Amino acid sequence: MPKGKVTFNEELCKGCGLCVEYCPTHILYQDIKTLNKAGYNIIKVSEPDKCIGCAFCAIMCPDSVIKVEVNK
Amino acid sequence: MLEVKYEKSKGLTDTKLSYCPGCAHGIVHKLVAEALVELDILDRAIAIASVGCSVFSYQFFNCDAQQAPHGRACALATGAKRVLPDNIIFTYQGDGDLASIGIAETIHAANRGENITVIFINNAIYGMTGGQMAPTSLIGQKTTTSQDGRNQPNHGNPIKISEMFATIEGVAYLERVSVYDPKHVLNAKKAIKKAFQYQKENRGFTMIEVVSTCPVNWGMTPVDAMKWAKSDMEPVFPLGIFKDKGAE
Repeated sequence: MPKGKVTFNEELCKGCGLCVEYCPTHILYQDIKTLNKAGYNIIKVSEPDKCIGCAFCAIMCPDSVIKVEVNK
Repeated sequence: MLEVKYEKSKGLTDTKLSYCPGCAHGIVHKLVAEALVELDILDRAIAIASVGCSVFSYQFFNCDAQQAPHGRACALATGAKRVLPDNIIFTYQGDGDLASIGIAETIHAANRGENITVIFINNAIYGMTGGQMAPTSLIGQKTTTSQDGRNQPNHGNPIKISEMFATIEGVAYLERVSVYDPKHVLNAKKAIKKAFQYQKENRGFTMIEVVSTCPVNWGMTPVDAMKWAKSDMEPVFPLGIFKDKGAE
């Protein structure tokens, strides 16, 4: 069971990529094939099992689109 | 069982932020909102929005707000605080607003020791108007009004607001923070929280200078802008606590 789970409010994402840069386990990537309504490439999780729930992605997200949950 | 570790603060409204992708304004908005919620003062907080990119910040903070004329946020905050002393009043200003046109209002509010909190966003450029040189622009920095880079003989040196305000008697707490990595974001939140705590205790003027980014007008990606804030801005604007009356 993964330690953490991240979910994105994709419609508010501006695809700046700060979460991708600061994820210590490098499991986030920008999906260049998917756009949201505003026309930004959204961020996806490549390997959800590797999430450690550190919330670095959410801390760096300027638009508060990331919700982080951890397994207790 | 899943437990929420991080989600959008209740101190922010659902309005989509008007800032460019990767702009650090959004990060600071979050920190202010989280600090207000954690100190349980959101319901009596009043935001004073400035002119600049943060002109719409009154739409984003989930508390009462007023929009000030350019540079006059501290003057408006003074009036608000004197009429409503039980409320928590804070201004949210950029460097074009605070360090340029509004420097007189800000200095005198600090000198009077007005019991308000100033969140000062320093990104070394005018953002909203299209990337002109700001008082805080670095030597050599290329902007639309200094296309060969800022030079000292023509334009002077960047104004160091925190160093200057540290000499003012009425200032109770003054810290310069940055938001270029998660560690510094958490540190910035601590500083903002402390400033609001001081205001709650009626200690006087508090200001947090945030070394911020402007990816679009700097001509960088958001990630490169964060790196530039660390490599180029931090040496000119060193981080740290410049004044803390509580610790004296």
